[in-house]
Amino acid sequence: MTQEKLEQLKATATEVRRGILTEVHAAKSGHPGGSLSVADIITYLYSEVLRVDPQNPRWEDRDRLVLSKGHTCPALYAMLAEKGFFPKEELTTFRAIGSRLQGHPDMNKAPGIDFSAGSLGQGVSAACGMALAGKLGHKNYRVYTILGDGEIEEGQVWEAAMFADHYKLDNLCFIIDNNDLQIDGRVGEVSSPYPIDEKFRAFGFEVFCCDGHDFAALEETFQKVLKVTGKPVAVIAKTVKGKGISYMEDQVGWHGKAPNDAEYEQGMKELEEVR
Amino acid sequence: MAEVMKKATRDSYGEALVELGQENPNIVVFDADLAGATKTGVFKKAFPDRFFDCGIAEGNMMVAAAGVSTCGYIPFASTFAMFAAGRAYEQIRNSIGYPHLNVKIGATHAGISVGEDGATHQCNEDIALMRTIPGMVVINPADDVEAKAAVKAAAAYVGPVYLRFGRLAAPIFNDAATYKFEMGKGITLRDGKDVTIVATGILVGEAIKAGELLAAEGIDARIINIHTIKPIDKELLVKASRETGRILTCEEHSIIGGLGSAVMEAIAEEAPCKVSRLGVNDQYGHSGPGAKLLEEYGFTAENIAARAKELLK
Repeated sequence: MTQEKLEQLKATATEVRRGILTEVHAAKSGHPGGSLSVADIITYLYSEVLRVDPQNPRWEDRDRLVLSKGHTCPALYAMLAEKGFFPKEELTTFRAIGSRLQGHPDMNKAPGIDFSAGSLGQGVSAACGMALAGKLGHKNYRVYTILGDGEIEEGQVWEAAMFADHYKLDNLCFIIDNNDLQIDGRVGEVSSPYPIDEKFRAFGFEVFCCDGHDFAALEETFQKVLKVTGKPVAVIAKTVKGKGISYMEDQVGWHGKAPNDAEYEQGMKELEEVR
Repeated sequence: MAEVMKKATRDSYGEALVELGQENPNIVVFDADLAGATKTGVFKKAFPDRFFDCGIAEGNMMVAAAGVSTCGYIPFASTFAMFAAGRAYEQIRNSIGYPHLNVKIGATHAGISVGEDGATHQCNEDIALMRTIPGMVVINPADDVEAKAAVKAAAAYVGPVYLRFGRLAAPIFNDAATYKFEMGKGITLRDGKDVTIVATGILVGEAIKAGELLAAEGIDARIINIHTIKPIDKELLVKASRETGRILTCEEHSIIGGLGSAVMEAIAEEAPCKVSRLGVNDQYGHSGPGAKLLEEYGFTAENIAARAKELLK
C-alpha cells in the first residue's frame, strides 16, 4: 500500500470516528464502542472494495453491505455521509424523531442502506439471500456482511453459514468484528464463541484472520477474498472496542452509552490530534 | 346428488406455484425440509433452479427470502404454520414486515386438522401472530379454487403476505369459472336477516351447510366468507351487524386473536352487536385423525347451526 493511500484511509477513518462521536453525542444515546471497532473496516470497504454509486443507491448491480451488527450504524452512517449518500450535517439528527438515521438502519429511510438489520443474527441471512439472488441472476456483484463476535452466539448465524456453504456462495463474505466484548463482558466469559476461525472452517468457509485496524493487512486480506472460488469467505478481524478514543478503548461500559459534553470534547480533541 | 370434489389447500398451493412459475421467471420458492408436505415439491420438480431447500432452519429461510426479495425476485417461503408464524415470528416481524418486503409466506398444516402429529404441530395461533404485524396481509382460503386465486393475488400484490393452508382435503364449493378473488373483500355466500355466520378457511364449507340446516328450521342466516383476515372487510361486517344484529364467527384457530377478534374489532366502534366465537378455546390440540378432531372441537355444520340458534335466544 502506498503511503499516500494509507494517509488517505487514515484521514477518512478519522472523519468516520468524528462522525460516530458527533452522532452519539447529539443523540445522547447509541453504541460508540462497536462503531469505533468497526470504523476502519467500514472505511476500507467503502474506500477500496465496494462498487456503489451515491447518486444511485439502489443500482441493481452494486455490491451490497449488510451491517448485521446494526447497532453500530453510527460508523456506517458516517461513512455513507463521507461518500456523499446524504449530507454530513444530517449526522446530528441520528436517533431523533423524523430522522432518516434510525437507531438501527432502515433501508427504506437512509440512502445507501442495503438491509434493515439490527436484530442480531438476521442481517447475515439477508446477505445470504442477496448472494443467492446474484448467483441466480448471473450478476457479478458481491455481498459483504459484518457481524459482531457476540452476535455469532445467535444460532441463526450458523443456519446462515450452512446455507452459504451449501449453495457455494463464493460471492459472499462474512466479516467478524472480533473486539472481544459484548454487553455483559468478555465474549469468552459470557458464552464463548471461540475458536471462531475453526468454527467457520468447519462450516465450509475459507477463513482469513487479520488486524481490523491495519489498512495494509485489510488490503492484503480483501485481495485474497476476491480470489476465493467455490465457497464463502469469513474474515475474522481482530479489533479493539472503542478504538481511537482513549477512555473508551477495550472498556465494556462503552457498548451502549453516549459521551457527556466533557467526554465528547476530549474525544474530539484526541481525533483532532491525529487528523 | 353428485359427490363433492375435495382437495387440500396445500395441494392447491403447490399447483398454483407451478402455474405462477411458468408465467413469471422471478418467482422463487424456499422450503425448510418439508417440500413433500407443503407441496412446494411440485414446484421443485418443475423449476429445480428456482427452488431452494434451506433445511430445518426456518429463521434463516425467512430472512434469506427477504434478502432475495430486495434483488427483484418474488420468494414464496414455506413451512408448517407452527414454524413459520411461530418459530420465525421475530424474523418475519423484523426482516419482512418492518422493511415491508415482497415476501410471500406459504404456511401449511394450520390448525388442529393436522391430526395425528398432535399439539406441537397444530398451530392455532398463527392468524393472531401475523395480524399484529403492521402491513402484513393475512389470507386463509376456504377451498381449492379460492386458494389458487389467493396465491396468484399474493404474487401480484407488492408487499408481505401470509397465506394459510390446511393439510386435510376440503370440499370444493367455489366455481373456478366464475370465482373472483379480491384481496380484503369478504364474500356473501347466502343472504339472510336473522343472524350472520362469518367463517374462514375450511369452516366456510361447514358454514354453508349450517345455513341450509338453519333454513330448514325457518332461520334466515347470512353466510359470509372472510378469506382475507387482514385487511378485513369492515364495511361488509358493519353492514351485517346492523342488519342482522347477531354474528357467529367460525375459525379453525384460537378464539383469541383470530377471525373472531378481528370481526369484533371491526364492528365494535361503529356497530357493535352480540357476537359468539366458535374456534379453538384457550387450549392445545392433541393427536387423532384430523376429521375426528374437527368434530371433537365442534367444527361441524350441525354445531355451527346449534351455536347460531343459541345466539338467537
